[in-house]
Amino acid sequence: MCSSLRHDDLKEMLDSNKDSLKLEAMKRIVAMIARGKNASDLFPAVVKNVACKNIEVKKLVYVYLVRYAEEQQDLALLSISTFQRGLKDPNQLIRASALRVLSSIRVTIIVPIMMLAIKEAASDMSPYVRKTAAHAIPKLYSLDPEQKDQLIEVIEKLLADKTTLVAGSVVMAFEEVCPERIELIHKNYRKLCNLLIDVEEWGQVVIINMLTRYARTQFLNPNMNESFLEEGSDKTFYGSDEDSDEEEEDKDKKAEAPMVKRKPYVMDPDHRLLLRNTKPLLQSRNAAVVMAVAQLYFHLAPKAEIGVIAKALVRLLRSHSEVQYVVLQNVATMSIKRRGMFEPYLKSFYIRSTDPTQIKILKLEVLTNLANETNISTILREFQTYIKSMDKDFVAATIQAIGRCATNIGEVRDTCLNGLVQLLSNRDELVVAESVVVIKKLLQMQPEKHSDIIKHMAKLTDNIQVPMARASILWLIGEYCEHVPKIAPDVLRKMAKSFTNEEDIVKLQIINLAAKLYLTNSKQTKLLTQYVLNLAKYDQNYDIRDRARFIRQLIVPTEKSGALSKYAKKLFLAIKPAPVLESPFKDRDHFQLGSLSHLLNAKAGGYQELPDWPEAAPDPCVRNVEVPEWTKCSSREKRKEKKVDKPFYSDSDGESGPTESADSESDSASGSESGSGLEESGSGSESEESEEGSESEEEVEKDKKKKKKIELKKPVQVSESEQSSEEEVRKHERKNKLRKSVSESESDDEEESKSESSQSESEDSESEAEVKKKKKAAETKPPPKPVKKECKKEKKEMSLLDLDDFEPTPSPQATPLNSFLSSSLVNDLEGLSLSDAVLSPAAISPCSALKSYELLHRITGDGLCVEYCFSRQPFPPDANMVSVQMQFTNNATSDTKNLHMEDVKLQSGMRVNEFTEIELLPAGETASAVMGIDFCDSTQAANFQLCTHRRKFFVSIQPPVGELMRPVFLTENEFKKEQGQLMGMNEISEKLTLDVKCRNEHAIVQRVITAANLSRVPCGSDKECRFGGRTVTSGSLVLATVSSREDGAAQLTVNCEKMVIGTMLVKDILLALTQ
Amino acid sequence: MIHSLFLINSSGDIFLEKHWKSVVSRSVCDYFFEAQERATEPENVPPVIPTPHHYLISVLRHRIYFVAVIQSEVPPLFVIEFLHRVVDTFQDYFGVCTEAAIKDNVVVVYELLEEMLDNGFPLATESNILKELIKPPTILRTMVNTITGSTNVGEQLPTGQLSVVPWRRTGVKYTNNEAYFDVVEEIDAIIDKSGYGSEQTRSTITAEIQGVIDACVKLTGMPDLTLSFMNPRLLDDVSFHPCVRFKRWEAERILSFIPPDGNFRLLSYHVSSQNLVAIPVYVKHNISFREGSSQGRFDLTLGPKQTMGKSVEAVLVSSQLPRGVLTANLNPSQGTYTFDPVTKMLTWDVGKINPQKLPSLKGTMSLQAGASKPDENPSINIQLKIQQMAISGLKVNRLDMYGEKYKPFKGIKYMTKAGKFQVRT
Repeated sequence: MCSSLRHDDLKEMLDSNKDSLKLEAMKRIVAMIARGKNASDLFPAVVKNVACKNIEVKKLVYVYLVRYAEEQQDLALLSISTFQRGLKDPNQLIRASALRVLSSIRVTIIVPIMMLAIKEAASDMSPYVRKTAAHAIPKLYSLDPEQKDQLIEVIEKLLADKTTLVAGSVVMAFEEVCPERIELIHKNYRKLCNLLIDVEEWGQVVIINMLTRYARTQFLNPNMNESFLEEGSDKTFYGSDEDSDEEEEDKDKKAEAPMVKRKPYVMDPDHRLLLRNTKPLLQSRNAAVVMAVAQLYFHLAPKAEIGVIAKALVRLLRSHSEVQYVVLQNVATMSIKRRGMFEPYLKSFYIRSTDPTQIKILKLEVLTNLANETNISTILREFQTYIKSMDKDFVAATIQAIGRCATNIGEVRDTCLNGLVQLLSNRDELVVAESVVVIKKLLQMQPEKHSDIIKHMAKLTDNIQVPMARASILWLIGEYCEHVPKIAPDVLRKMAKSFTNEEDIVKLQIINLAAKLYLTNSKQTKLLTQYVLNLAKYDQNYDIRDRARFIRQLIVPTEKSGALSKYAKKLFLAIKPAPVLESPFKDRDHFQLGSLSHLLNAKAGGYQELPDWPEAAPDPCVRNVEVPEWTKCSSREKRKEKKVDKPFYSDSDGESGPTESADSESDSASGSESGSGLEESGSGSESEESEEGSESEEEVEKDKKKKKKIELKKPVQVSESEQSSEEEVRKHERKNKLRKSVSESESDDEEESKSESSQSESEDSESEAEVKKKKKAAETKPPPKPVKKECKKEKKEMSLLDLDDFEPTPSPQATPLNSFLSSSLVNDLEGLSLSDAVLSPAAISPCSALKSYELLHRITGDGLCVEYCFSRQPFPPDANMVSVQMQFTNNATSDTKNLHMEDVKLQSGMRVNEFTEIELLPAGETASAVMGIDFCDSTQAANFQLCTHRRKFFVSIQPPVGELMRPVFLTENEFKKEQGQLMGMNEISEKLTLDVKCRNEHAIVQRVITAANLSRVPCGSDKECRFGGRTVTSGSLVLATVSSREDGAAQLTVNCEKMVIGTMLVKDILLALTQ
Repeated sequence: MIHSLFLINSSGDIFLEKHWKSVVSRSVCDYFFEAQERATEPENVPPVIPTPHHYLISVLRHRIYFVAVIQSEVPPLFVIEFLHRVVDTFQDYFGVCTEAAIKDNVVVVYELLEEMLDNGFPLATESNILKELIKPPTILRTMVNTITGSTNVGEQLPTGQLSVVPWRRTGVKYTNNEAYFDVVEEIDAIIDKSGYGSEQTRSTITAEIQGVIDACVKLTGMPDLTLSFMNPRLLDDVSFHPCVRFKRWEAERILSFIPPDGNFRLLSYHVSSQNLVAIPVYVKHNISFREGSSQGRFDLTLGPKQTMGKSVEAVLVSSQLPRGVLTANLNPSQGTYTFDPVTKMLTWDVGKINPQKLPSLKGTMSLQAGASKPDENPSINIQLKIQQMAISGLKVNRLDMYGEKYKPFKGIKYMTKAGKFQVRT
């Protein structure tokens, strides 16, 4: 009654018009829910407030609604329209939370509404809303599993999403809705691998676990050749993953697929990609992530590489005791299979008296697993300490552990046995009892040597009361009664006396002992046995009565005795195999490590079995992405774009570039090319072989001439190898010609898209080659395969995007001027800026020698594509600004109006001169504009919104350091003088080895000038190139010198009073010169 | 993933429940209580308990059990780590994470839990993001809110959610820009019992140094910090806050990061085991029981060992005496001692060690009448602090800030503590 009164009071408050009262009421209601009190009768009063303006009230109403909607379905429907309105709100947080609540209301009637909302949200412009959509998928699925097919479509769509925000959530949805549809992952596999490091930590766990399963279905067991190969050769294969001779191996492997088992193992590059990209996550602060990577390595990595996880797992042992508990369980399982890996960390598993018992026992398990001939003495010494612990459960476990060590390591068996025998005189009965049980097991292995121990134990029957121990002693005496012929009957005598007071298991063993003695020494024990059997006959326990009856029939010869009694001796005194003391963690690794099922050693609901490795690898081509939506730009934009996208973990490639570029392996690992670079190199190496095999000699020759080109062509080869897998090998040769031409037409696209990343000096020759190929491509017949069609389409898209490709065929967007610009343009430009000519900003055309960056992608921009480049022209309105040339392309079907910028967010000190509004950009047209940004001599990004009449896009421009300066003319003497003043801290030098193609003066100048907006300073020596410039904002002098020697060794020196700029510049130039 | 969460206090009351999917009856906790009864110590409750229809995964922090109910396969560490994150968030918001604090702020707790999980999957766990969504309660804000009717709940999507630096909120402004870093190292060691006489012969069974760098950064704007060490080679195994650029560390051994706003743990590390660990104190002990007598001797002396001239402070010695011990009659040369006759826990708050006059604790223990001589010897746990020193010798070389123009105030503090420092007797 009282409560209903109070509720009335709450209802009143909810009905008032004051937000503060409503809020107060809602807070009290939520407090009730939190305490588990029923507040369902307030539903009508609460649901009215769902549209309340006050956001906190609204949120609390949502909390209430989600909690009670299932119980009050009809009333809950009243709120739906509010959420539907919320789904259209311009504020992304409101859209997302409307979807969240709508999908959390478990009312079956609204399933279609939910479905619609999810579908819509899945293509929302805000990644946060898309993330929420991913979260909503499993909710709807659990409400109505019939929607599965439609939901899978949404999942498929979201899997293709390229933002890190969505990736984790959608994989989670995938795991809950359709974990069996592994084929959905193929196309997204490489993307997921590459995004992984930037995904939020919870998503990382889900993705890694899923990819572990995926990899088990798609790749070959890296350890399968363990038996075939010597340790040494093993190593070389693992070590030299991606070099060329291995690609040849790979080729062999493909050609003779059925023979694959016999062939030396070669890791799929995608497999390698996964291992490589997950490894840094071992350093995560999140224990779940570390564990996920550890299990991935355990299940997928070659044996030689698994070791890396040990250190990280040991680190987790410092964490909370719950974390320790789970980690130790997994370590226990791993340490059985791969003992060597944890051996160096043996001491980390030493036990402290303050550890909780469950942790102690697990550590003990690990220590036991790690014991071997070399460390057993240390471990036993530790165990000795443990036996004195006050924690008796732990002591018992230690004794068990000693027993296991003794069985596993023959050398210490006697030592252990002696130690255990000493424990028999321990004051604590539990210790003694446990020792007896373990000794019994040990003695079974070699009883004849230890009759004195058996005698000693026989004496213990007077003192030990623990039933299990008594039973063990009796069994021992019975089993080995011939070793103790005098004592055994005496023990039986004593036992017969106390029979009625014994526990059941002891009674059973007494009967057992009696029977055995009767068979071996009936003279002395006949009466005793009969006495015992008589006592047992009237025991309360039916098991004992049964046993007594059974044994009597078996051993006591009567006239009616059956056939079995002849064999009684054989039955009782058969040689029993010694028990094997095994770890309870043995074979637990058939469960995926780190999983709940592994922990419980039982399959939990929803557990996905970890599949066995396939016999032969499925076609790796399925992972090739024809139109890499998400990478489209990155192959061109590479490093810079990367920088904008993910400055964390992956950004510093620029800085670390020089060292990494030295070896190809770590080069592709470094972030610089990570996006698509990795992907291409991944797919490339595996398909190369098939190409080399089938391609005409001419092609091969060409390839050899330009190694660079091979690299560029990889994606082509991919599509080709895809084909070859589709066709039969026999048809190969016949179709050879056709395919070749196809591959060439495709290679064009690739080269175009890549042309920017290739060095400018090779541009001339490349474009020549391209023209040639163009001709060939023109001759190509219409492609018979759909793949080709796609490629055609793609080609078009590529050309739409690339301002700076060298494709001679006119495309509507590319400025015709581009194609005619030669590499000498750089020099021309240099002259231009020297002459100080002021050009009208609008008249500047994007020039191909300058790198252009994507500001807004066609897809995200609703058809509007924006690129920018640093035109290196002075910006007339403000000399301190860097001029940025923007090129707008409207790929949409409708016109775009009122293109302008808004909401500029800058670091302090930075300024922006906005470009003039573009009032109309008709469909299919291109327009350009110039804006100026004062970056304050920092590489901080300028963030702003690009607005059209319909939408706003968040974009950001981040300058490479080389664009933060302008050329300045200096004479040799001036240069030397200035350089002299910028010594010490202001001078940074680096030694480097010049790229092979960059050994002449011309090439060096060109590359330096491309990397940084500097001008050449005349110099007497042709072994030295000097450059000068000033930073745009502060006008600080920037001097660069490259002195080279014949053998390609060179030294780069940068003098600049701004040390940060200097350091960054050195790295950029270094990169330009070495690649 | 996570279905429901129950908070249970030490007396076994469920004082908060939250469900993210359909409601799970709180009777599911009965299985937990059963397990709790079976476990002798609170920390021995298994973290994962299977029940017929659900699985319970729990963590124990601040004497509150956080019990998550799950229904299907999920990595247990995922749940455990999340629960710890929840506790950390509460601590961050309310200063302490006690039953009283949670009950007082139940609405904020509920709002937080609502944001942290969606359908049982973590949504926002970064403290910087959460603080933009739900402002931490302060007395001032509560008062202002009651007067103005404004709320604690943010209306805009936190900037971090979409940015590439999700851990940092934008628009941070401070009048005093400061960045403090605490290098805290802990020595974990087990010292052997052997060598009763002199401390030289006493051997170290295992000793290692674990360290963390905790930061408190209050800087305006988007500062980009780099922190370099004089001797980065010391660091053997590291784990980072997500803000640290891993590549840069790999290549140059420099910590480069855009810090979150406020307090955070930048780095935890393990000092490579090749380096010998300096043990700052030694213990001379003689704890013995005579056969047949109901008396035992207790004699403990502490002394500084390798402290590099710094003084050892806040020393606290504790030891779990054998169960047979009834009382202890001891005489400390400094500080105070307590003996809990129920748990048999002896604690001696020593304070600072004066090298001239070594602290000692001497006296007798009386055993229960008739009890035989305990055959186990208690081990001695030591806590201590040494200010202004990182025992591994780790030194920060410099801290630089890029991206912002102002000059921040920078501070670095070193401290060494005993972690799990145990002397066996």
